[in-house]
Amino acid sequence: MGSSALRPVKESADEARFPHSLPPDGLTRKGPTPVPMASTPTLPPLLRESGQREVFCGLTSIVWLHRRMPDAFFLVVGSRTCAHLVQSAAGVMIFAEPRFGTAILGERDLAGLADANEELDRVVNDLLERRPEIRTLFLVGSCPSEVIKLDLAKAAERINTRMRGRVRVVNYSGSGIETTFTQGEDGALSALVPLLPSSDENQLLLVGTLADGVEDRFLTLFERLGIGPVRSLPPRQSTALPAVGPGTKLLLAQPFLSDTVRALERRGATRLPSPYPLGVEGSRAWMAAAAAAFGVDPNLVAEVLDPLVERGRRALAPLRRQLEGKRLFLMPDSQLEIPLARFLSRECGMELVEVGTPYLDRPLMAEELALLPEGTQLSEGQDLERQLERVRAARPDLVVCGLGIANPLEAEGIATKWSIELVFSPIHGIDQAADLAELFARPLHRRQLLKWN
Amino acid sequence: MELTLWTYEGPPHVGAMRIAASMEGLHYVLHAPQGDTYADLLFTMIERRDRRPPVTYTTFQARDLGGDTAELVKRSIQQAVDRFQPEALLVGESCTAELIQDQPGALAGGMNLGVPVVNLELPAYSKKENWGAAETLYQLCRTLLREQLPAPGTPRPSPDRWRAEGRRPRVNLLGPSLLGFRCRDDIKEIRGLLGEHGIDVNVVAPMGARPADLVRLPEADANVCLYPEVAGPLCSWLERQFGTPVVRTVPIGVGATRRFLAELSTVLDLEAPEANEADLRSRMPWYSRSVDSTYLTGKRVFIFADATHAIAAARIAADELGFTVVGLGTYSRELAREVRAAAKELGLEALITDDYLAVEKAMGEAAPELVLGTQMERHSAKRLGIPCAVISAPLHVQDVPARYAPQMGWEGANVIFDSWVHPLMMGLEEHLIGMFRHDFEFVEGHRSHLAEGAPPRQAAAHEPDVAAVAGSSMAAAANGTAAAGATATLAPPTVTEGTAVWSADGEAALRKIPFFVRGKVKTNTETFARDHGVAAITEEVLYDAKAHYSK
Repeated sequence: MGSSALRPVKESADEARFPHSLPPDGLTRKGPTPVPMASTPTLPPLLRESGQREVFCGLTSIVWLHRRMPDAFFLVVGSRTCAHLVQSAAGVMIFAEPRFGTAILGERDLAGLADANEELDRVVNDLLERRPEIRTLFLVGSCPSEVIKLDLAKAAERINTRMRGRVRVVNYSGSGIETTFTQGEDGALSALVPLLPSSDENQLLLVGTLADGVEDRFLTLFERLGIGPVRSLPPRQSTALPAVGPGTKLLLAQPFLSDTVRALERRGATRLPSPYPLGVEGSRAWMAAAAAAFGVDPNLVAEVLDPLVERGRRALAPLRRQLEGKRLFLMPDSQLEIPLARFLSRECGMELVEVGTPYLDRPLMAEELALLPEGTQLSEGQDLERQLERVRAARPDLVVCGLGIANPLEAEGIATKWSIELVFSPIHGIDQAADLAELFARPLHRRQLLKWN
Repeated sequence: MELTLWTYEGPPHVGAMRIAASMEGLHYVLHAPQGDTYADLLFTMIERRDRRPPVTYTTFQARDLGGDTAELVKRSIQQAVDRFQPEALLVGESCTAELIQDQPGALAGGMNLGVPVVNLELPAYSKKENWGAAETLYQLCRTLLREQLPAPGTPRPSPDRWRAEGRRPRVNLLGPSLLGFRCRDDIKEIRGLLGEHGIDVNVVAPMGARPADLVRLPEADANVCLYPEVAGPLCSWLERQFGTPVVRTVPIGVGATRRFLAELSTVLDLEAPEANEADLRSRMPWYSRSVDSTYLTGKRVFIFADATHAIAAARIAADELGFTVVGLGTYSRELAREVRAAAKELGLEALITDDYLAVEKAMGEAAPELVLGTQMERHSAKRLGIPCAVISAPLHVQDVPARYAPQMGWEGANVIFDSWVHPLMMGLEEHLIGMFRHDFEFVEGHRSHLAEGAPPRQAAAHEPDVAAVAGSSMAAAANGTAAAGATATLAPPTVTEGTAVWSADGEAALRKIPFFVRGKVKTNTETFARDHGVAAITEEVLYDAKAHYSK
């Protein structure tokens, strides 16, 4: 084993597969063993667009957040549209009495006939009476509540005072005029940050919702690496909030948590720069970044992770054969686009036509951007019709896009992968890399299977 | 403010989208923030549409609010017209835009676009999807027909003018739209039915129509109001303004189809249809009379749907299948009166609500054997373990079948017979599986009947032991998990915690009861024992219970 904690590559075949060595830049900037900087790829100017956006608003994050914290309820204060949106986005989920709902504003609330605050208190009372198991209530602002300037922070404070001890009320905005799709989770988590207890203890804090199974796997691996304690935000129980302080090292499981990171940094935590844990390479670098920060012997890192890396690559190999050389267009959706583009180009050999992202947070994406192939065209924001014109002109082999666009593109003869599946599926970690690649290979494979003569 | 977990209907602008997406050559500019594009997936996923709805969203953001959102609206409108070149333009706003009062419709009106512009004002905080669809269709037709409005005092056209004009009578089919229930197939069925009776279809709208087709609406001798939720207001307006009579019977079910044809022939002055047409054209009347259907008699059915399908279903259930309707309701408040009347005829109080939990509660209390409802009721029924058939929007992708499956007309009646009776068959089948589970041949899951498919252990060999092991295996089962092997395949009737224990002779008596009623007898007996404070169920207790329940 070499001295670098970041040796993803052992076989010569793989050397060819991964022409860019992992950029030690950032990964070890704050770690104990600095390694030489790698060259950053030259990317064409960012294409910034504004216009019609075919992207969900931040309310949609509720769909996975409520499953992560089964003792929390998410109450959107909004319109029938909000209720219909969350329900339609959640249409793929199991229909149970959900732990989310909408307090729908009516004409009386708008006309001031009814004091909206009193009405909200009444709705919250009814709700908590019916759901006594709820420990944390998120009041979620929406476009209409923001526009009429309904003060949900005040409402949360008021209800908190009344409910003290029984339930904790926090508020954030998931409105479409301020947030896109996954930013809703950023809002929810940053609303929790002020509630986190303080602690100087050295600990690793994983930030961002992971599927429980994936998280368990990471915890096992961190334990094997001798890293601990490891805590998570969001926690599995809304009342079991992790502490935060100067000893806290943040490892971001998701790339869309800009505000949460800033809030945690203000509490003294330090972010460990790393690619995101998607694919073999990203996941290894992610865990290695934590290992470096906790002074773990690189030999131990290699000993624990390299067998997994090798197995992960073996599992990926057949999928790489299907994806290699295929041209990929990612439309802006979940903020996962850049890490996915990195994985699909470097580990699966796909060619990137355009990588769209709703917004580009350069500091949080630095390590990912450094891994993108030379010349990758990034676009930020969206002007849907113009972007679709570029799709049609480029005729990519696969387009990653939202549900509203997928069937229309398929009907035009262009294969698609629904992006929403990526936020519902366990895709993080070395062991999931092949499953992740399979999500993209399946539409292409299916096209090969179907015959009509 | 109203707490909502799941909603039957979307906001009214989604209704407008349904009209726009159902038609050709029409475009809708919607002043709305990011996120409202979610509605596109209702069409592309549930209806599997091969194109996006013809909707342009302005996608305004918080930072635009301080500036000139009106300019953004005008830019979006101009771009949409340039790109899509629609024959007519709908302009409106979603809930948030309604609050900032840019009045996009008025803005569009001042832009000299060269196409008819419909200014849609759909109050998002008081109205819902179906109302929005109806209002949009009405406003669109009003705009397009403005120049044709007859002068006041113009005599009504004679409904039999077709005769004088030497042509077949012709009607409009109004109301079918995307995200409606089986509209695509209903149109085909009704078009065929009318053709057989010498009636032509003038215009079908909104589904498949262009704005230019709507201009021809007054050429019809009558309007057929197929889906009152969407077409009711338009039909009434056409009747008032153009004197076009409306056929209001919705032809769902054998009786309704007959009444529909009778109403048509009266309105159009045609010969009355043959009395035996239903028997000749639909299998449903015979299937329902056939002996196999005897077991349908008095089945308790709970119905909740849009008004059109709820009313039709109640009638079919009661009159054509011999069910007992134990609950009837709708979320369509606009048509609550009609549903109340239909419920009253059946001696019921209609449930008018858009709270699916209230529906589930009513469903539970009514203890039905079959639920006819929307996707919501399908889920509620599943939780309650009751068979269910979906008869109305809101839809799931599985409610848009690839095959021809109308609800209306003669074939619609056949489809309804199959799709309502099959869940009951399935119910019976599950019941049988529940019974067979206790027979030694039964192994979890389906097995081949071939010898090699038989369970590895010769279960029959254990048969004599049943009585001997009964006590212990019952205890094991009561503890929650039946032990593997013999216990799993041989599990005798089990008791759950808190219920009386079966004695050996009671159990032996139970096993002599035919398997297809054994489960029911067992449950009844245990209930009886619990209610009467009996601790051990002996053979005598079993017969006491039998006598008690046969009273």
